[in-house]
Amino acid sequence: MKVKLFRIGFLQVCLMLALSFTLVSTIQAGSLEGFMGEKGTIKISGGTAHIPVMKEAAKRIMTFNSDIQISIAGGGSGVGIKQVGEGLVDIGNSGRKPTDKEINTYQLNIFKWAIDGVGVVVNPENKVTLLTKAQLVDIFSGKISNWKRIGGVDKSINIYTRDKASGTRDVFWKKAIDKGQITDKANFVVSNGAMKSAISTDPYGIGYVSVGHIDESVAPVALDGVVPTLENVKKGTYKIARGLYSNTKGKPSGLVKKFIEYLFSPEGQQLAADKGFIPVK
Amino acid sequence: MKGIDRFAEKFFWVAAVLSLSVTVLIFGFMVILGLPLFKGGQFFEILSKPWLPDRGIFGIYPMIVGTLSIALLGLGFAFPLCLGCSVFISVLGPKRLGRILKKTVQSMTGIPTVVYGFVGIFLLVPVIREVFESGSGMCILSASLLLAILISPTMILFFSDSFDQVPKPFLDAVDALGGNNAQKILYVILPYSWRGVLTGLILALGRAMGDTMIALMVAGNAVALPDSVLDSARTLTAHIALIIASDFESLEFKTLFACGIILYLFTTVIALLVRSIDSKSWRRK
Repeated sequence: MKVKLFRIGFLQVCLMLALSFTLVSTIQAGSLEGFMGEKGTIKISGGTAHIPVMKEAAKRIMTFNSDIQISIAGGGSGVGIKQVGEGLVDIGNSGRKPTDKEINTYQLNIFKWAIDGVGVVVNPENKVTLLTKAQLVDIFSGKISNWKRIGGVDKSINIYTRDKASGTRDVFWKKAIDKGQITDKANFVVSNGAMKSAISTDPYGIGYVSVGHIDESVAPVALDGVVPTLENVKKGTYKIARGLYSNTKGKPSGLVKKFIEYLFSPEGQQLAADKGFIPVK
Repeated sequence: MKGIDRFAEKFFWVAAVLSLSVTVLIFGFMVILGLPLFKGGQFFEILSKPWLPDRGIFGIYPMIVGTLSIALLGLGFAFPLCLGCSVFISVLGPKRLGRILKKTVQSMTGIPTVVYGFVGIFLLVPVIREVFESGSGMCILSASLLLAILISPTMILFFSDSFDQVPKPFLDAVDALGGNNAQKILYVILPYSWRGVLTGLILALGRAMGDTMIALMVAGNAVALPDSVLDSARTLTAHIALIIASDFESLEFKTLFACGIILYLFTTVIALLVRSIDSKSWRRK
């Protein structure tokens, strides 16, 4: 089944936005029951921080009703917004709020279903687990290029960053390094998952991932004394945070609507919490 | 019968025109969309400048260097190995073993490059990092080693096919003259089949330059101009994959068409080279 996408005018977009908030608040529990008797496919792409939650949600829905097919791809927030806008996918995820321009050109409906921090990570072998913001800025600009200068081993620092399409990069760049420069020697990886595997295999690497992705394979670095954990993001003491958005072109309908509703259901919100994000409800 | 003949003729004609026009159209598409670059005279500027998006400079020179160095180094690693392997398959090795080896190589052609990239990240990159103690291990060297594996089947199959075409009496003659295997290879097989070897080599180079996944996953993708093979580098193909999500209207996005045009020209030149070699060897026969 192809999900129908509505073309709507600007005024209606505003109306829709207002509507979507009421929609969100009126969604009731019941979670998976809504998918009973449904049939069809949902195509999702974009933000890579979202993937663990999307995968688990898809797994549960597809186990509950095997007539539903859900495909999940990455690509980064920019890709998600662009693909949903061009009608290539049904849901485009983004780890940043789509810009007004994007919302207007593509008539996006945006759904923020969780809050996520972006944490600086190093290899678990690394003894450096505390940095000041100034040090972080200098590391990423290439001014500090050896771990020795910040209390580590005498090895050069390998910097990992994400491409411009990444919402994680966007938040990190704005809030962690104050829009500072990232050296052109930095290595580029294409997803939160790829960042984690790069840092977990490189003892001299430093990078940044969604807090939901931090596990024992990488070590979080405290920034100005605050460790990037779920609790600290929740309390607001850890400032480098952003919303996780799922966007649709026009008002969602049918299966896509149900999927978004599921994300806001108690079960969906619990899922987000289980994967290391802060539920919005 | 005649009806079928005519139909087949039509069918092949349409197929040929269709595939040709798609190729031409894609090139035209890139040139047209890249037109603002040509008009503004920025095209050649882009080819020679570095990539500094924060300062509004969108040059792809480092990516051209990255593409060429990774592809050529990969070719350099693979060539001697492939030559040896195909000599073993076609000439020196036991016939049975040769056949098994060839079948293995044939099945290698089907391995998706993302698999090589994946294996590379977990096995090769840490080794390179520890052995050379420089950088992150994501570098030109790692990518070119993996590319060498990727392009080997192409080369080995081409080489061994052209070795197989050496007439048996020639080889018998060497044996009759008391020549050893080394002499057989150097003075008979290679001079007879060098065109096939060159064709395989050029096709493999094309494959190496066109590959995206390995470079994207293993080369590190840094935009700085690489100084050594242990530096992180970005290829044109990886660059396109990384930038594709940016704003359609931006100059950043438009430079992708320059990347596309350059890649297209590289591969076209390669294809033309292959064709000219092929036609020459045809005339000789």
